[in-house]
Amino acid sequence: MTGTTYGWLVLLFPLLGSFVIALGWRVLPERAAGWIGTAAIGLSFLCGLGALEDLLDKPAEAQHLTDSLWTYAEGGGLDIQLGILVDPLSVFMVLVVTGVSTLIHLYSVAYMASDRGYRRFFSLLNFFVFSMLLLVLAGNFVLLIVGWAFVGFTSYALISFWYRRRTATAAGMKAFVINVAGDVGLVLATILIFREIGSFEFDDVFERAPDAFTTNEWTVVAICLLLLVGAFAKSAQAPLHTWLPDAMEGPTPVSALIHAATMVTAGVYLIARTHPLFEVAPTAADVAAIVGLVTLLIAGSIALVVTDLKRIIAYSTMSQIGYMVMGVGIGAYGAGLFHLMTHAFFKALLFMAAGSVIAAMANRQDIDRMGGFRRAMPFTGAALIIGSLALSGFPGTSGWFSKDEILSFAGERGGAYWVFAVLGYLGALITAIYSFRLVFRVLWGEPVEEARELERGHIAHAEAANPATGEPEDTGVGFPGPEHHIAEHTAPMRIAMGVLAALAVVGGLVQIPGVTDVIGTFLEPTFEDSKFAGVHPSTGDEWIGLVIGGLLSITGIAIAHLLYVRRLGTSARLAARLRPVHTFLANKWFFDELLDLLFVRPALAVGSFANRTFERYVVDGLVAATVGVVRGAGGAVRAAQSGFVRAYALLLIGGFAGLGLYFLVVSS
Amino acid sequence: MEQVAFFFGAIGALGGAIAVIALRNPFYSVLALVIHLFSLAGLFLLLHSEFVAAAQVVVYAGAVMVLYVFVVAYVGGAHEPVWEPIPGQRVLAPLLAAALFAELSIAVLGSSLKGLGDEGPTIPLGFGQPADIGELLLEKFLIAFEAASMLLLLSAVAAVVLAGKKQGPPAADAEV
Amino acid sequence: MATEWYVVLSSLLFAVGAGGVLIRRSPLVILLCLELMLNAGNLALVAFSRMLGDADGQIFAVIVMVVAACEVVVGLGLIVAIYRRRLPLDIDELRGLRG
Repeated sequence: MTGTTYGWLVLLFPLLGSFVIALGWRVLPERAAGWIGTAAIGLSFLCGLGALEDLLDKPAEAQHLTDSLWTYAEGGGLDIQLGILVDPLSVFMVLVVTGVSTLIHLYSVAYMASDRGYRRFFSLLNFFVFSMLLLVLAGNFVLLIVGWAFVGFTSYALISFWYRRRTATAAGMKAFVINVAGDVGLVLATILIFREIGSFEFDDVFERAPDAFTTNEWTVVAICLLLLVGAFAKSAQAPLHTWLPDAMEGPTPVSALIHAATMVTAGVYLIARTHPLFEVAPTAADVAAIVGLVTLLIAGSIALVVTDLKRIIAYSTMSQIGYMVMGVGIGAYGAGLFHLMTHAFFKALLFMAAGSVIAAMANRQDIDRMGGFRRAMPFTGAALIIGSLALSGFPGTSGWFSKDEILSFAGERGGAYWVFAVLGYLGALITAIYSFRLVFRVLWGEPVEEARELERGHIAHAEAANPATGEPEDTGVGFPGPEHHIAEHTAPMRIAMGVLAALAVVGGLVQIPGVTDVIGTFLEPTFEDSKFAGVHPSTGDEWIGLVIGGLLSITGIAIAHLLYVRRLGTSARLAARLRPVHTFLANKWFFDELLDLLFVRPALAVGSFANRTFERYVVDGLVAATVGVVRGAGGAVRAAQSGFVRAYALLLIGGFAGLGLYFLVVSS
Repeated sequence: MEQVAFFFGAIGALGGAIAVIALRNPFYSVLALVIHLFSLAGLFLLLHSEFVAAAQVVVYAGAVMVLYVFVVAYVGGAHEPVWEPIPGQRVLAPLLAAALFAELSIAVLGSSLKGLGDEGPTIPLGFGQPADIGELLLEKFLIAFEAASMLLLLSAVAAVVLAGKKQGPPAADAEV
Repeated sequence: MATEWYVVLSSLLFAVGAGGVLIRRSPLVILLCLELMLNAGNLALVAFSRMLGDADGQIFAVIVMVVAACEVVVGLGLIVAIYRRRLPLDIDELRGLRG
């Protein structure tokens, strides 16, 4: 079977799985939904491996397969195909997405077991994976947009999965609206591309881009900036990032899959895929890198003070994607994608562990109420520690290798790009501090009541309540199920977390500088046309960077240990002393309020104007006026139907006389 | 001589017609119409249509008008109220009638019909005689003849139905 | 007399009949005026028949008489039915078919 056939199969299985689960709800037992979903993604992963094998058989120049199923639209200068592109970049993304998705599906089989929306969950999750795969396998901009939009939809559907929870639906709408704003950018970019180059196919566009545009010509910069709008909305970069923390309203597996490993990386993929365009417009690439850096720091600073477990991890995601965006913005495509892969591993692991902890806490997520789970949850605790080590870039973990590859590249480019490297390392320090703040808060210290209950063998129970607002809920449909599942008790969760933990530890070994360069060589065929293909820090420089990164990571862990274990209370005192700073950070840099002021209020004002004035007076007025006219005309005509026979006779004879007069006049 | 007869007939017809519309008592209107019909019969004679004249007297003035007399006797002559509910009717009606007359006259007189100005060609001997009419009815206009007889049958049935006893409860206030 | 005299007389009678239909309010008299109009038509027919020397016009006049007779029968039947239902015999009062 050829690579493209594998490509189509990769798309087919999740779609089929989604439909079978959705349509077979009467026939299939509930448990089957989970296994069908997991199997579908597993099969997709295997087909991804098949495509990989087929690619590797070919020489580098030929590792670029396209195939089209049918033509969407043809004529009038348009030629839109339902076509996929199988090359190293897309296969890489396919493997990462399907691999991590399989593990998350497995985790969800146990985690969502008592939820009444079990089938809906797996159907949507499968459809999400299908959309994401469509996005990465698309061979032209139109199909990319289709996948992009589907991903946005499924993200919305899954964030508001517990749809009777007011905060969840609000979060879903927020995510969707911001995503759509990004979609607008993407669509406008596509239109501009078509206008300038005349084709939607990736091959055509990227081949002709260097010739069609002069460097930094305003059209190509506009195109790239619009692409960035789309990428930033999807990848939650400032200022379009406000939806991501709220998206934690969705179930934990959703956060793990969509908001850590896959959907939020779509923006990174987009920039990497359209790198020929970005290289013709270095200004836009620099904008991307700067935004990535800024987001990195903002998110890191917020993660230092928020107290909701999942939101800390969400801000950490935002920060790490800032690294990736920065990486692909400065031209380190391979490094950025490598970090994407490792991040998928350890972030999914962290979310899974967080899910376990939340279950133990009877669905409460406030870390101020947690503590001392070390003895009660050994496995989850270990997973949490491993994930955090990888996140902080502890020497030896996958995160260490991937993060520093990006930063060394920045240093290698030299000049003003040193700023990226320096601030990137600062961000790494902050990352280490907040990730171990989480670890020490949750695992160390005096065991809280829930932990003690767990040590005695059963999970704590509390009244079902909204973790964000505390208002009571019931556990019927549209709300989380009544049972809580932790990793220690359920095998699927343990298996998934175990695999990811292993990958988080050894995943970096594929890119040891000077020793192995698996990902770099694999992705070479896609990026060989890049200006930066030859830029490569020397092995010595890379190892220096690694050492610095490792030291910073250890320092950060030590600081966190100091603040949260040895001298408890320091952070509270700091918060009291630097109250304005603390408030600023705790309120997420007031981004929500800013966007509310700039966009939400004007939109609401326009809407209320439209409703109260325009609709009432203009539209209704027009309709009422039409009705009035018709009624009036009807009334006027009705007056002729008086019922008086003599009046009718009068009209008859009068008409006849008039007609006769007319004919007499005409014929004379 | 012929002109004198024409004018007598014309005055009779016109007078009868005006009397029909002017007299208040319906019974008198019926009688006026009878006079009108007789005058018309005379005019028909002048036009060499003996059979039609005879039919006019026997059928029309004889049968139809007698029927009218019966109904008027049964129904009675109600006096019409003075107030006119339809605005402008009293004014427009004579106006329109006059306009109608004017137009028709102009149309006929202004037309280029040959033979309007003279008395007509010499007619064969049997013109207008019953034999002639009968021949035409049974040969050239057979279908019209049969249709007319069908129509008469229908109207006879209609008369029976209309005048028959009502079935079911009477609706005294029902509008027609 | 020339044919035109008869035709003008016929149109005059027709106009009188039409005016009568418009003016009078008793259904009986209105029917009478309708008879006037029909007879005016008959007169014109017979006059033209004489003018053309063709007896077809007279046949037409005879058929018109038949039709008039039938119409009178039905009309008078209606009037009798109205009278029997104690409704006013005034054509302005009988306006149930108003729009």
